[in-house]
Amino acid sequence: MLPILFFLYHAVVIIALSVVIITRRNPVHSVLWMLVLFFHIASLYLFLNAEFLAAVQIILYAGAILVLFLFVIMMLNIKHELNADICIGEWPIGVAIGLSVMTLVILGIGKFSHGPMGQASIEAVKAETHTKALGRVLYMDYLFPFEIASIILLIAIVGAIVLAKKEKASGG
Amino acid sequence: MVPLSWYIGLSAIVFVIGMIGFIVRRNIIIMLMSIELMLNSVNISLVAFSHYLQDFRGQVFVIFIITVAAAEAAIGLAILVALFKNKSAVHTDEIMEMKG
Repeated sequence: MLPILFFLYHAVVIIALSVVIITRRNPVHSVLWMLVLFFHIASLYLFLNAEFLAAVQIILYAGAILVLFLFVIMMLNIKHELNADICIGEWPIGVAIGLSVMTLVILGIGKFSHGPMGQASIEAVKAETHTKALGRVLYMDYLFPFEIASIILLIAIVGAIVLAKKEKASGG
Repeated sequence: MVPLSWYIGLSAIVFVIGMIGFIVRRNIIIMLMSIELMLNSVNISLVAFSHYLQDFRGQVFVIFIITVAAAEAAIGLAILVALFKNKSAVHTDEIMEMKG
């Protein structure tokens, strides 16, 4: 009974916060509500025995990405934003598309049947600790994708610097 | 024990909310945040699959998704900064140079 209550609390809060995030007029409010949302998602990860990912979620999303968003919002003109329309004129079409996709997915959930189980049972993970077991899979079986991910990060760093750099005056 | 389908349902609902936010909002910052919302909803379902199928592959995927999300946020915000410097507009319907 308690796990179900725990899940229902988090599900209701996560859905409500998502709606709040996409309807706020002030982007700063959206970012701050998103912080609360990320903490709830991290606690859902803890509930699913993924404690390493819960830590990564808080450090990376709440610590790094949201701060990046806040920095960029500071550079923009919020006063103009507070008086403008928040939605495009055709918003009922967007909502209709979203609701139809949701109907499709919800109808499809019942047809799901899972494949063979893996080896990472709760006892095996508990004996080895979660971070070590995850690192073993990441660095043994997924080493090549891991290297590709590092190249993606490198390209993102270079690209962000090139895009946001000041234009040099011609001839200077 | 919470059934797996509840997690998939939660993930689907949050994904659709993010999708609606991406389609209907005019502000590019909110659109980028909607993308983060969608990526997070997928992460929830991958971690749930990983727990219920007792396999670590789902969680490895979540690590890759977080990497790509960080790269995407950095690039997207850099594009936004460049756009704001050139046109001082953050609304998508005010940017229509490429309309045919």
